[in-house]
Order: sequence, then C-alpha cells, then structure tokens
Amino acid sequence: MIRHIARLIIVALVFAAPLAAISQHESHGDEHHGEQVQSDAHNSKHQEENNDSHEVAHEDPHGEHHEEKFVAGDFIMHHIADANEIHFFGDVSAPLPMIIYVEGRGLDVFMSSAFHGEHGGHGGHGPTHATGPSTGVEYTKDENGVSAHDEHGEVLSIWDISITKSVFGMLLILTLLIFMLRAAAKSYSRRPGKAPTGLANFLEPLVLFVRDDIAYPIIGKGKADKFVPFLLTTFFFIVGCNLLGLIPFAGGFNITGTLGVTIVLATLVFVITTINGNKHYWGHLVWPPGVPNLVKLIVVPIEIFGIFLKPTVLMIRLTANMSAGHIIILSFVSLIFIFNNSYGAAGGIGIGVFSTLFMIFMYFLELLVAFLQAYVFTLLAAIYFSEATQEPHH
Amino acid sequence: MGALLTPAFGTVFWATVAFLTVLFILRKIAWGPILKALSDREESIANSLREAEKAREEMASLNSDNERLLQEARAKRDAMLKESKEIAEKIVSDAKADARDVAAKEIESARQAIETERKAAVAELKAEVAKLSVEIAERLLKEELADSDKQKNLVDKLINESTLS
Repeated sequence: MIRHIARLIIVALVFAAPLAAISQHESHGDEHHGEQVQSDAHNSKHQEENNDSHEVAHEDPHGEHHEEKFVAGDFIMHHIADANEIHFFGDVSAPLPMIIYVEGRGLDVFMSSAFHGEHGGHGGHGPTHATGPSTGVEYTKDENGVSAHDEHGEVLSIWDISITKSVFGMLLILTLLIFMLRAAAKSYSRRPGKAPTGLANFLEPLVLFVRDDIAYPIIGKGKADKFVPFLLTTFFFIVGCNLLGLIPFAGGFNITGTLGVTIVLATLVFVITTINGNKHYWGHLVWPPGVPNLVKLIVVPIEIFGIFLKPTVLMIRLTANMSAGHIIILSFVSLIFIFNNSYGAAGGIGIGVFSTLFMIFMYFLELLVAFLQAYVFTLLAAIYFSEATQEPHH
Repeated sequence: MGALLTPAFGTVFWATVAFLTVLFILRKIAWGPILKALSDREESIANSLREAEKAREEMASLNSDNERLLQEARAKRDAMLKESKEIAEKIVSDAKADARDVAAKEIESARQAIETERKAAVAELKAEVAKLSVEIAERLLKEELADSDKQKNLVDKLINESTLS
C-alpha cells in the first residue's frame, strides 16, 4: 500500500516539477521589482507550506496590478468554483477545451487560452473575451460563465459543454479508475484463487468494504448483487475525486464540491431507486396501510416529497462537505494575506506559521472526510435501494 | 457565488455521459471479474475449511477405530493366553490323573498277582505239608503200628489232637 501511495506522490511530483520551473521563469520575468521583497517573503514561506503556495503566488500579481484590497470571500469562491482552466500557481495554468454549441450558428471548439481580458488577468477577474473560430460569435466569460452575442450585440442562446476543470478532473479520475481496476481484475484472473498482490491487494479491502459492510448487510445478500457495481463505482469515484482535490499544486480540484457532478450522482441514485421500487415500496408510499384516511392526506404528500428530498440531501451533503473542507483550508491561507496586508510581511509570516499548523491538521481531517463522505454517500444510496427492494415483513 | 450554486449544463452533461460509460465499462471489465474472483476464492476457502474439518473427523474416527482394534486385539490375546493356560493346566492334570490311574491299576494288578501267587504258594505249601504229613504218618504208622496197643493209643491221641485243632 505504501508503495502505491509513494508512486502516486511521485506521479504528482513529476507532474508538478516542470510547472514549478515554468512558474519560476515566468514570475521572474513578470514581477515588478518594487514588490520583489514582499514577494520573496512569501516565496520563502511557500517552501514550508507548499499546499497553499499556489494561492499565495497567484494573488501576488493581482494585488500588484490593481492595488486592490484583498477580499477573502472572493478569493475563496474563485478557488472552489469550477473554471475553464486548470490553475496551478502563480500565472501558470493549463488551458482546457471550450466546446460551445451556438443555436443556429454551429459548434465552436477552441482552447480556453483564447480568452483575453482587457488587462490580461485570468479567469474570474473581470470579463474576458474570445471569438469563436468557426461561428465568429463573440464570447464573454465572467464569474457567471460564458455568454455569447453576435456582431450586433444580440445575446445568443448557447449550450456550453466545455471541458471545465471539474469535468477534466472527473474524466481523469474515471480513466484512472478504469486502468487501475482493469489491472486489478487481470491480476485476479492471472492468479485464480490465490491471495491478492500489488494493486489488487490495495483495492480489495475497499471493494470488500463496500460489498460486505455496505451492500450485503443493508440490501440483503441476494438482492444486493445488482446494485454492487453501482455502489462500488460511486464509492471509488467519490474517493478518487475527493483525494484529487487534496493534492497540492494539482490545480485545486473541487470535483465533488461541484453541484453539476453531485447532482448527476444523486439523480442516478434516484433513478435506480425508482426503477427498482417494488409493489411493497410504492404501496407504502402511496397508500400507507394502517394510517387513518385523514392522516394519509398529510403523510402521502410528505412521503412523495421525501423521495425527491432524499437524493437532494445526498447531493447537498457531499457538495457542502467537500466545499467546506476547501473553504476552511483557503480561509487559513487568506489569513496570511489579511495579516500580510494589515501588518506587513512580519505579520504574514507570523500568522503563516500558525495557519500552516492548522492547515496540516485540516489536511488530515480532509483525508478522513474524503473517505467518510464517499462512505456516507454509498451507505445512504444502499439504504434507499434497500427501502425500494424491501419485501413485506408483516 | 451564483455559479457555485447552479449546476452547470456542461458539467451535468459530461458527468452523466462519463459516469454512465465508466459504470458500464467497469461492470464489464472490472467489477464482474473482481467480484467473481472474490466470491470464487471465498467459496474455495470455505470448501477447503470444510474438507479440512472432514479430514479431521475422519482422522478422529480412524484413530478411534485403531484404538478399538487394538483393544480387541489385546482382549483376544488375553483370552488366548488364558485359554492356553487352561489347556495346559488341563493337560497336566489329565496326565496326572492318567498316571495315577495307571499306577493304581498296576498296583492293583500287582497286588492281585501277589495274592494269586501267595494263594498258589499257600496251596502248594498245604499240599506239600499234607503229602509230608501223610508220608510222616505212613512211616510213623509203619513203625508204631507194629504193635496194636500202640496203634490204639496213637489213634486216640490223633483223634484228640485233630478235634482240638
């Protein structure tokens, strides 16, 4: 297991190292020398708290350019929100493909690096503009997303299916899952009946956990088998996305904190529950036995409301929990800037030590939460499935 | 803030497509084989345990069989020993009884032979004594009966003597 974690870390490092070099190069070219001292103070601190350094470095040029007051709320919201590029640190970000269908005009596919703002800022700081390569439509991107208008300034209706940061992270995790699990499956067929080794050995406890501690005891052994693949995929997907969000320098993914992702998971839970609902389930829902007719008038609407409420709560719980973890860590980062702005570099460094300690603690907590929330989601999904498939017992 | 709380169409679209695709792919290439391998292994472990239990029971019954056979053999041996001892004793006692019988018979026949011999000897002796007595009496009579008184005296004397004896 340790070998695999080490491998993961090495992959992350290999991924991050060239970018760090680029950032060094770029920041030296761009930075204003008047602010060099303060910047260096930050940079020296970055060495000890590498998890937040990209936020720090990222804010520096911004503050310099506009001499704005640092607003922690905007800073945090910008980082946990979805974006059209993967922002690593400083001015280093990887563009992602924009795929936009304009009604009546056709499909535009271009890289998000085509967006340029009036003052060269990056996503989330003022509107940026781009021209669609095949439709010639003018796109404007601001905090609320992408909008399009034609030559006359008329707003066009568009379908934006761009590969955003969250979508990219999601695809990355899903691809990784396919490769990892296929490798594990192969190792089982290579050594039938033997104890697992390597990757399979690492994944097997998780698989067994979902099957033996979630699916079987809750749904029942006979009926659980058809739900197990969904529960396993959901569990691994959520764990993977949660963990990806915790890797520093990797772009600050907040996939499971993106409503667009969790709503899909919750909808699938709802659909599977509804499809598999048996006579007993619907009967109790629509006409609960043993309840006075007058009370039925109250209970039945509540029950029907409940079947929609349950997956909604599932969605909100996961999104809120994962976003909250990111918000707390980013709040500690913000503290450094607030103190830095108010009391100068000494204040920033002083509070930086304190913040870093809390962030380390939060990282461990988030590591726990990453698994816990995946467990909770899977567990509740299993409970809803078991309610839908329960046989009458009276 | 608004963007954060509104699910974006693109994200929903990709999440649905990607998640469902991966769900089906994983079900085919990963979950199916992995879950099957796991349940196969569990079954084989359960089978092995069952077989081991069975073997253990067989061993135990074999052991008790052995014990029983040993016990029987021991009992048989004891019985045989006892029997042979009895036979030996019987043979010895029979032999002793036979010997006694034979000896008794020998003694008896010896005694009868002795008796016969003795009787024969007595009879012979009696005959000899009678003959001698007759001869002696003849001679005496020849001598004594030369004179008639003497003959008479002698007859009287003889008569007296013979009635008395």
